[in-house]
Amino acid sequence: MPGMSGRMSTVIKAKINKLLDRAEDPSETLEYSYQKQMELLQNVKKGIADVVTSKKRLQLQQQKLEGQVVKLDTQARQALAQGREDLARMALERKQFAQTELQTLDQQVAELEGQQAGLVEKEQKLRSKIEQFRSKKEVIKAQYSAAEAQVKISEAATGVGEEMADVGMAMQRAVDKTEGMRARAGAMEELEAAGAFDDNLALGSGQDDIERELHQLTSQTGVDDELAKLKGELGTGGSPQQLEPGESQPQQERPA
Amino acid sequence: MIVRIATEDQYRLPDDDAERLNDLDNQAVAAVEAGDEDRFHELFEQMLDLVRRDGEQLGDDELEESDVILPPPDVTFVEAAGEFTGEGLIPD
Repeated sequence: MPGMSGRMSTVIKAKINKLLDRAEDPSETLEYSYQKQMELLQNVKKGIADVVTSKKRLQLQQQKLEGQVVKLDTQARQALAQGREDLARMALERKQFAQTELQTLDQQVAELEGQQAGLVEKEQKLRSKIEQFRSKKEVIKAQYSAAEAQVKISEAATGVGEEMADVGMAMQRAVDKTEGMRARAGAMEELEAAGAFDDNLALGSGQDDIERELHQLTSQTGVDDELAKLKGELGTGGSPQQLEPGESQPQQERPA
Repeated sequence: MIVRIATEDQYRLPDDDAERLNDLDNQAVAAVEAGDEDRFHELFEQMLDLVRRDGEQLGDDELEESDVILPPPDVTFVEAAGEFTGEGLIPD
């Protein structure tokens, strides 16, 4: 079969052959293959542990951000109660940003959970294929002539080899994605530590200018809506002019 | 015909589907070569659907070599393009 899947098949098969050919004597192939299988199982375990670690780190950030959302919401209310619409607006802007970040984190945590589940499933499948290979090998040896047995066992080894190559690819993809998230989480922590967390632009990396502007526009509308809602709740919403976006309240007494 | 969806599972697919799969595969390649990302994803989804719908999953006790291996379901357009020009998806 030519095309994309054909190319995939060819490359993977070449890889399996390379893997199995490393043993010099054909009878060694089995032992070598089995040894590689066991090594790979260990790697998969490590990979799963890595995914879990990354997930925990992201979950910690989620908790922090959730706390921040609550805090900023309270601050916005306090500011508005004191007649400081400018401060309330700032708090709400930050809150919106924190909420956007939270959404990203939610998606990432869900993705990591999916990866974790997928790897656990792959590990179990590989484990049972290896078991199957072991018992099959004995049955084949008992039932076939030496030459036939060699062929049959090679076929089985290729089947397991393909599963190994596949688990290897699943692992690699999970690790790559996890590293991307880790880098982002690390960058966020650094920004937080540097006090730059509130700067929307600083965290907008990876977005182009248009995206950023669009995001600002939508979050601006969100802030206006929420400000109006808060005013309603606090009963400070007077004449319509007071609800105009961008209009700052005359300076009153600063909140204590 | 045994088909593997990389990083997912192996399926036993009726031989009648081989032609359809091959056709979609060739169209997907053409889409990649034409730089048409949307069309590529659309065709690739159809390939995955075909295999998942018509195929029967191989048991854990079956040690079979696949006749055809499809890229992972989350393959990106860039990766698919690399499959024809670069080293492809499979790490050493």
